[in-house]
Amino acid sequence: MRQPSRLVAAAGCLLLALAGAACNRGGNEEVVGLITKTDTNPFFVTMKQGAQKSADQLDVDLQTFAGKVDGDNEAQVLAIENLISFGAKGFLITPNDSKAIVPAIDRAHEAEMLVIALDTPVEPADAADATFATDNFEAGRLIGQWAKAKFGRDSGNAKIAMLDLNANQVSVDVQRDQGFLEGFGIDIGDPGRIGDENDPRIAGHDVTDGNEEGGRTAMENLLQKDSSINLVYTINEPAAAGAYEALKAAGKERDVTIVSVDGGCPGVDNVANGVIGATSMQFPIRMAELGVAAIAQYAKDGTRPQNTAGKNFVDTGVQLITDDPQAGVEAKDSAWGKQNCWG
Amino acid sequence: MATTTADFEVKQHDSFGLRVQHLLHGNPVLGPLAVLLVAIIAFSIVNARFFSAANLSLVLLQVTVIATLALGQTLIILTAGIDLSAGAIAVFSSILMALFCTDAGMPGPIALLLGFACGTAMGAINGALVTRIKLPPFIVTLGTLTIFFSLNSVVSNSETVRGTDMPGLMTWTGESIPIGSFRLSYGSIIMLLLFGFFAYALSSTAWGKHVYATGDDVEAARLAGIRTGRVLFSVYTVAGLLYAIAGWILIGRLASASPNVGTEYNLDSITAVVLGGTSLFGGRGGVIGTLIGALIVGVFRNGLQLSGVEVVWQGFAIGLLVLIAVSLDQWIRKVKT
Repeated sequence: MRQPSRLVAAAGCLLLALAGAACNRGGNEEVVGLITKTDTNPFFVTMKQGAQKSADQLDVDLQTFAGKVDGDNEAQVLAIENLISFGAKGFLITPNDSKAIVPAIDRAHEAEMLVIALDTPVEPADAADATFATDNFEAGRLIGQWAKAKFGRDSGNAKIAMLDLNANQVSVDVQRDQGFLEGFGIDIGDPGRIGDENDPRIAGHDVTDGNEEGGRTAMENLLQKDSSINLVYTINEPAAAGAYEALKAAGKERDVTIVSVDGGCPGVDNVANGVIGATSMQFPIRMAELGVAAIAQYAKDGTRPQNTAGKNFVDTGVQLITDDPQAGVEAKDSAWGKQNCWG
Repeated sequence: MATTTADFEVKQHDSFGLRVQHLLHGNPVLGPLAVLLVAIIAFSIVNARFFSAANLSLVLLQVTVIATLALGQTLIILTAGIDLSAGAIAVFSSILMALFCTDAGMPGPIALLLGFACGTAMGAINGALVTRIKLPPFIVTLGTLTIFFSLNSVVSNSETVRGTDMPGLMTWTGESIPIGSFRLSYGSIIMLLLFGFFAYALSSTAWGKHVYATGDDVEAARLAGIRTGRVLFSVYTVAGLLYAIAGWILIGRLASASPNVGTEYNLDSITAVVLGGTSLFGGRGGVIGTLIGALIVGVFRNGLQLSGVEVVWQGFAIGLLVLIAVSLDQWIRKVKT
């Protein structure tokens, strides 16, 4: 029975090694935290890079954490507890569960930290000191307006497929979906609900989980439901890529316009090669840089960030990208998009 | 289909329920087949568009990847094991194949074979942990699921590899042959051939008999001279290869290799196996049932969507089906001999 003792020794070594790594912190720099939803999604990877760059310039010590999967609240609570014990000045968080994270944020406030929600607001929104985010409703509205202008007189004959994220009516999903419909000139009923519209131009909704496989399957099924679909809204660009494959398999890729949201580099490529008609670009790097700068400022003199005029959050901007510009809808082309895309 | 019901006799005065029970005990595929046919008939009545060659070929296309995964999963469940890492091995293998082409600049066939080898090796790791270290399969594959998905993210930087950057062989599985308005993809053909091969291997080879015996009662099988360790190891390894093939089919379906898909594939593949009448307790069931099980899920998803049922309720319906299937399995096992 010598096995267990060896195991204990190995575990002990491992713990020591980890402790050593943890003790390797910078001396007197202020600690700023960044807690993302996951560390695999390119959006958050980019965000992390932006935050790191900003932290290096401002001489703060950036500590990053992430959930294991989308929706992993527990890992984020642990991260906040760690930051409290590090004595951090504040942190940026893209909440996995907007409501469930609030008690942990309250504890951070007791430790006099500045808490900034990034990309996704917490609920209630004022539980965080500020929210730095894309205006997702506006992102949807822009592609809706573009599509309406593109269809012109035919907009009454549009047959629209709505490829949403999932069945949970999460805020970003709802805002993009409803923004698009409003931009296209459709009565959206309750702006906080997907699917309560009764405009005959909406051929149907399906969910994609925001990836290629989901996008393809959803598009296939909606085409079966209504083969006259000629306009496709997608929650993000991977879903759009999947939808395009389904249209191509049905020989309809020439007759159907796809719009999307994100502005990731693969998505911008797809705008350039005609897969996506128009997309609304977000700016995760700017989001993270502004966030880190705001906490560094707070650490220095206690100033708190101010919201964008007329909004209850700091709007980090959105830009329509298309190679088929329409009158009355401001846009940049895919070449500009290539220079400013993320991922 | 000759049925062997040698271990009991149906008496003339048995109740109808008992007769059904006996019939299903002898032919485990009949239950799922009945469910599939009823579902197809019901959806055809509800929605005129459902029963068309184009739509049915779509259902087959949509279940191809899951069915291939479920084939490997069936082999493992027949030995009373379970594999939670199925989807992770498939997705990771697909990413590796794609990167062998794009980053390492290998020709298509070499990259493909290497990808298959990687999947097989991942399966072998599961098999070694289950047989050598004697850990429960659930725990082993829970661990490797996490490990393979992490490596998958690391290796790919979570970035999709575009199909246009790969040799045509990688996305070939997504192309299809039109048979009238029924479109059969090469991926589906590969999947059906694999099912045919394993249906034969399980029913007509010594290896197949050993798989069933090991799943039914591992101790009895060992005493009968079967090298149960080897059987288990072979099952996990072969399953790994099947998952890698599923990964290749997935690349064809997406016209790209995406690291961000397949997080639910493990559960989806188990669902197909269970609906197909293979028992989670091992030793009973088969691969043809699994193919039917995968089709049941596909028919339900597609049919409910066409009928305008909200997504939330689609999941509810499929969950309910699973519970019914497991209950049925328990009832059949209680057959009086």
